[in-house]
Amino acid sequence: MHKLLQYIGQIICFALIAIFIGYFSNRPVYHQFPEGKAQIKLAFAHGAAREIDCRRLTSKEIAKLPPNKRRPNNCSRERIPIHIQLTIDGEMIYDDLLIATGLSNDGPGRAYQKITVSAGEHIINVRLRDSKRESGFDYETTRQLTLKAHQNLAIDFKADTGGFLFR
Amino acid sequence: MSAVRWVFRSFFDLLEKWLGRIFPPEWNPMLNLGALGFFFYWIITISGIYIYIFFDTGVNNAYQSIEYMTHEQWYLAGIMRSFHRYASDLLVVVMMIHMLREFGRDRYRGVRWFSWLTGVPVVAMVFVAGISGYWLVWDKLAQYVAIASTEWLDLLPIFGEPIARNFLSPDALESRFFTLMIFMHIAIPLIALAFLWIHLQRVTKPRINPPRGLAISVFLMLLALSLIHPALSQPPANLAEVPGDIGLDWFYLSLFPLMETLPGSITWGMTLCFVVILFAMPWLPPLKRAEAAVVHLDNCNGCARCFHDCPYGAIELIARTDGMAFEREPIVDAEKCVACGLCAGSCPTSIPFRRMSDLLPGIDLPDRTIASLRDQTEAIGEQLSGSNRIMVFNCDHGPNLAKIKSDSIGVVSLACVGQLPPSFIDYVISRDLADGVMLTGCLENSCDARFGIEWIKQRIARQRDPHLRNRVPRERLKTSWVGATGGSKLRKALEAFSKELSRMQPNTRTSSNRTSPKTKIGQNEGESDA
Repeated sequence: MHKLLQYIGQIICFALIAIFIGYFSNRPVYHQFPEGKAQIKLAFAHGAAREIDCRRLTSKEIAKLPPNKRRPNNCSRERIPIHIQLTIDGEMIYDDLLIATGLSNDGPGRAYQKITVSAGEHIINVRLRDSKRESGFDYETTRQLTLKAHQNLAIDFKADTGGFLFR
Repeated sequence: MSAVRWVFRSFFDLLEKWLGRIFPPEWNPMLNLGALGFFFYWIITISGIYIYIFFDTGVNNAYQSIEYMTHEQWYLAGIMRSFHRYASDLLVVVMMIHMLREFGRDRYRGVRWFSWLTGVPVVAMVFVAGISGYWLVWDKLAQYVAIASTEWLDLLPIFGEPIARNFLSPDALESRFFTLMIFMHIAIPLIALAFLWIHLQRVTKPRINPPRGLAISVFLMLLALSLIHPALSQPPANLAEVPGDIGLDWFYLSLFPLMETLPGSITWGMTLCFVVILFAMPWLPPLKRAEAAVVHLDNCNGCARCFHDCPYGAIELIARTDGMAFEREPIVDAEKCVACGLCAGSCPTSIPFRRMSDLLPGIDLPDRTIASLRDQTEAIGEQLSGSNRIMVFNCDHGPNLAKIKSDSIGVVSLACVGQLPPSFIDYVISRDLADGVMLTGCLENSCDARFGIEWIKQRIARQRDPHLRNRVPRERLKTSWVGATGGSKLRKALEAFSKELSRMQPNTRTSSNRTSPKTKIGQNEGESDA
């Protein structure tokens, strides 16, 4: 092939590569979230009550223990599951028992849920049971909120700050 | 599997040929994939170091610092950023083509398992490094990538607390987490570089730099792209909002939409299966290996040509063990030998003229000895008829020549064209086994045994030992590097060569009557001109 044609071919080839790279480096656009919708994200990690309550050791029991293993309480490792419920506008959206993580079920229970809702006003109720009570919930929060399109409402849980946090 | 390989091989051969028409042979991008990969790696490294100088590693100011680079210092830091982005994209492209091409050419099984196996982690590391890099811009794309990838990781039951909780709300993310990502983004490419070094351990004379002209052209292309279409950030990340439309880098992030669509168990299952298959591929099924080259010390003078010509470093030189008055002897590592025969082709004792003693070179392939090659050449030559007989030496990876064979065209198969000692060309012409010799095989610069074509060309040009003797009329020797799919091109080349031969004067170096070569031999002709 004539040299000039070769040069033109090379320029065209490099131009095509550049167009290919330049285009696919940020196009086509990916529509990852629908228009007119908002997102509620329920995410937390929380350790529930232990399966067997801690018991105070007597001084005799403590004395029997090796010096480096002496402790005031005897606690079981296993934790009970957490019961969590989320209702939006009266409809039950999420109802689950969160098993404690860890090989001995001694870690926190984890929740990570993303719920897509229409933008606008919503009544959100979220409740959680982390004790051994048989009915009812230990924590419950209800909020009436107006969510904007594309808003991300985070619902976190921190027992030491009083329960659910809407952020 | 072989059908899939054939598809890839045919496609890449066509692409290679097409690019071969517009690029000089040594510039062909398809033949410089590994070298281009290294070139992009260095561009990414240098541009990354420069960007890092101005980059604020805190989560609150990272975006602003990149905006400063892109807009305020667009002439240098902005261009560097674009280089960083586009060279990373090109790295993925050349890496994937390199991988598929090696698969198509069946260069991942047998003794080549090592290069394949050490290459697979590099692929994973390039992707992880690239994805982690997108986090650092901390724009809407970064927000999407960070949340999607941590949510995917959280599907593994190994984290006590979901990592994705770090991105729950604007006040949840800490700069400390961000710093961890920067560490990952720098550390992973360094580990990948170490793996690349291992990746090349069983390859001698690896080409890690592209030809200067190609490198300059690619650099100019990147510069033009960076000026015309600079890499820009998307709007800043805001964890209080869900990004709607995202401009994805499809080279790195094309699987992210899939991660969101399919259940986590399926995406993780698919990923694990894919990784296991990639690692197991060299043994799916294992390559039926030809026997490794064998050294015949009685005929070896320790000249080291085989050592220098071996493309896979399978030959080592050690102190002589047989008491002969030579310093060294070669030993073959069977685990590295691909039985390409380049060593036998380089041996000064691979002389077909030799009749006083057995034709046993200093190094030879047990499955395809030089002696059997001579027998084959003679047998085929004796059957040729006409005034323009052509002896074609074709390698196993060249075109299928079954339909090309005729009364005037004979075909001798080689493990690689580099297995052919140049004295065979002399032998064919001077013994009147054919009127002309055609060498064919892989595409030029794309030799399956890496250096077969290069070495034979240098031997013919008398630039590399053993030389082709001056007495061989060069017009009676042709080469046509057409590759596995180039049968029709070779046929045309043979037709043209045949016409040329018919126009030539009879070969004066041959005896007029075509008798068996064995009846004409009484000396070890040809051994002295190597």
